[in-house]
Amino acid sequence: MFYREAGDFKTSYVDDSQTFPIRVDRYGYYALLAVAFGVLPFLVNDYWVNAVLLPFLIYAIAAIGLNILVGYCGQVSLGTGGFMAVGAYACYKLMTGFPEINIFFHVILSGGITAAVCVLFGLPSLRIKGFYLAVATLAAQFFLVWLFNRVGWFYNYSASGQINAPERTVFGIAVTGAQNPPWAAYLFCLVFTVGCALIARNLTRGMAGRKWMAIRDMDIAAEIIGVNPLKAKLTAFAVSGFFVGIAGALFFSVYLGAIEVGEAFGINKSFLVLFMVIIGGLGSIFGSFAGAAFLVLLPVFLKNVLVGGLGWPTDLAAHLEFMIVGALILIFLIAEPHGLAQLWRVTKEKLRLWPFPH
Amino acid sequence: MKQTLKIAAIAALMATGPALADLTIPDTSYRTGPYAPNGIPFSDGYQDYFTLLNERDGGIGGERINLVECETAYNTEKGVECYEATKSAGNGALLYQPLSTGIAYQLIPKATADGIPLHTMGYGRTSAKNGSVFEWVFNYPANYWDAASHAITHILEQNGGDISGKKITLLYHNSAYGKEPIRTLEELGRKHGYELTTVPVDHPGQEQKSQWLQIRRDRPDYVIMWGWGAMNQVAVQEAVNIRFPMENFIGNWYSGAESDVRGAGAGATGYKTVTFHSLGRDYPLYDEIQRYVVDAGKAAGAGDQLGTVLYNRGLYAAMLAAEAIRTAQEIHGVSAINAAQLRDGMENLEMTEARMAALGLPNFGPEFKVTCENHGGNGYGAIAQWDAAADEFRLITDYFQSDQEIVSSLIAEDSAAYAAENGITPRC
Repeated sequence: MFYREAGDFKTSYVDDSQTFPIRVDRYGYYALLAVAFGVLPFLVNDYWVNAVLLPFLIYAIAAIGLNILVGYCGQVSLGTGGFMAVGAYACYKLMTGFPEINIFFHVILSGGITAAVCVLFGLPSLRIKGFYLAVATLAAQFFLVWLFNRVGWFYNYSASGQINAPERTVFGIAVTGAQNPPWAAYLFCLVFTVGCALIARNLTRGMAGRKWMAIRDMDIAAEIIGVNPLKAKLTAFAVSGFFVGIAGALFFSVYLGAIEVGEAFGINKSFLVLFMVIIGGLGSIFGSFAGAAFLVLLPVFLKNVLVGGLGWPTDLAAHLEFMIVGALILIFLIAEPHGLAQLWRVTKEKLRLWPFPH
Repeated sequence: MKQTLKIAAIAALMATGPALADLTIPDTSYRTGPYAPNGIPFSDGYQDYFTLLNERDGGIGGERINLVECETAYNTEKGVECYEATKSAGNGALLYQPLSTGIAYQLIPKATADGIPLHTMGYGRTSAKNGSVFEWVFNYPANYWDAASHAITHILEQNGGDISGKKITLLYHNSAYGKEPIRTLEELGRKHGYELTTVPVDHPGQEQKSQWLQIRRDRPDYVIMWGWGAMNQVAVQEAVNIRFPMENFIGNWYSGAESDVRGAGAGATGYKTVTFHSLGRDYPLYDEIQRYVVDAGKAAGAGDQLGTVLYNRGLYAAMLAAEAIRTAQEIHGVSAINAAQLRDGMENLEMTEARMAALGLPNFGPEFKVTCENHGGNGYGAIAQWDAAADEFRLITDYFQSDQEIVSSLIAEDSAAYAAENGITPRC
């Protein structure tokens, strides 16, 4: 009744191929952007930004990056944590080496550096597939973490091996360091998240994305119809690395401010981002957001309800949190193996016909 | 997604609901994950001491303590979430003691910006001892570099003052925490002429076969360990397995709890650890805890940790915090102090033997006086040894001072670097 496309006429191909072809969707999207950019910055406090919004936005970027590789191109990767570490350390070296350049460009450059590293580790994908590739990227994960722990140059020879983000400003307002106003950190990450999502969306429905999907669906067939697997796979690794690198750079510089590579970018991080992609929905940009929201917001929400609301002991709540999140993951994957994105799609289909399904 | 956000908003509102007009102290504990065996006793001791003060004296100076617990699982991301969630609880958090070097590094700039003191007792950033650079951070009564020096001094005593040519291996948790002592041990090696090998163990440390194979091959005279959580238990077990002489295996004060050595059985007897406070439960304070806290059914956790090493450390941390609050109340003449006033209290804290005895903890820790320049005490520590038959750690030395010559110069160097990096002008 409310959600339908009747009367929404398209008169050109451009209209037909837009991201949100249904008017209600489009307006909803504009409204969401308006709230995110125009309203939320005035409402947020330290807690909201540092515990909820920043991790959500940053993990969403990482999930988009991994989704391009796993969901669109079908190359399984367990190296996300390592690649995020490349982004973080690239950003650190750039921030401390070239303090006069704006942090905005440092983050983008970190993405570029990560893309290069990611391509390097993507080379084996031309020969090995599936589980074997997963193991090769697992090697990247452990090698990169070991490298950043081992070579002093990466952490400027600090005694503890930690890297700390110095204060950097955009338009005179600090976005990194401890003195940054929460809204500035939020807006800085939001710009990157929206930008990455737009780029990813347009790449995946263009020629590059179609090539990736052809490789994913059947690489031999794709090769026969003229898709160059070398170019397709390596571009997927490069684009994925670019996003993951940006996520790593923001994770370090804006969100945490100080990083210990083994703890922040260990194998757990790779799995976390992979789970976001799988739960959100492989091959869906919306799914990346949904998965990130699910795995970032749900634990915080549960903690606040169980400890803050019900006053239960913290250890009991922490254990319950594991059980509830784990059970929900199982339930979601059994009920809808294609993830939250598919659930959302089905809901929309049903809503279109509601309340007259016949 | 929007739905989830909405629900989360309601939840966050609920979380920040009831505001109590008390002295609010967050307890960022970890009772889950691979570090829980160490996190639980510390947190139990920390909470029980404040419960005792509330039950027996009605708080400190008439103000009750409102303890807000938050689970970090020793994870920096959760630590940040906890900090942001608790910093404005009640009338504002007074003090943080995260019991995690990783989280401490996160919180140093944040707490400094927010004006909340941070007490990293025997952990965290060692150079925070230089109070003129680190205004809001305290690490009395001793720090990691002191601990490294304590271990070496003990080895020196064992060898009649000459350890040149000896081989010493540092087995460390591969993190900021584990790397802290390396520089000090290198400097001490230059001074005393021993040969240092460093062997890292990655988080969480359940797999150490290759490290102990290396130790077995190198045949070091002594092994010093900087471990935490599950890593300690595995290391002690491995040392027993390769029949390493346990009296030559020395842990720092975070590698010396009962849970670390019990698993290895009788073979662990002789294992040594550095400590900066006394052990056991033969103190008058324990009778009061039994009476007001345990018997009243108000003990934190399962109430089964009383008298363990880390429970005592939790008590000690809480006692120092309570004494700092008392000092702050005296200086400012108000009982409902705020975080800035507590900082003044911490900076003027003086722990004397008479005071500790009056609190029911005679001889519990070294005497020290905090000043603007010195936020880290005088670096006294002692060595304790495990006796599996008696199931206890026993002090085998008196408290002795670390090599101040080396430790002080390293602290001056590191804090000067931090000041230059962050544009801080030393205060005093």
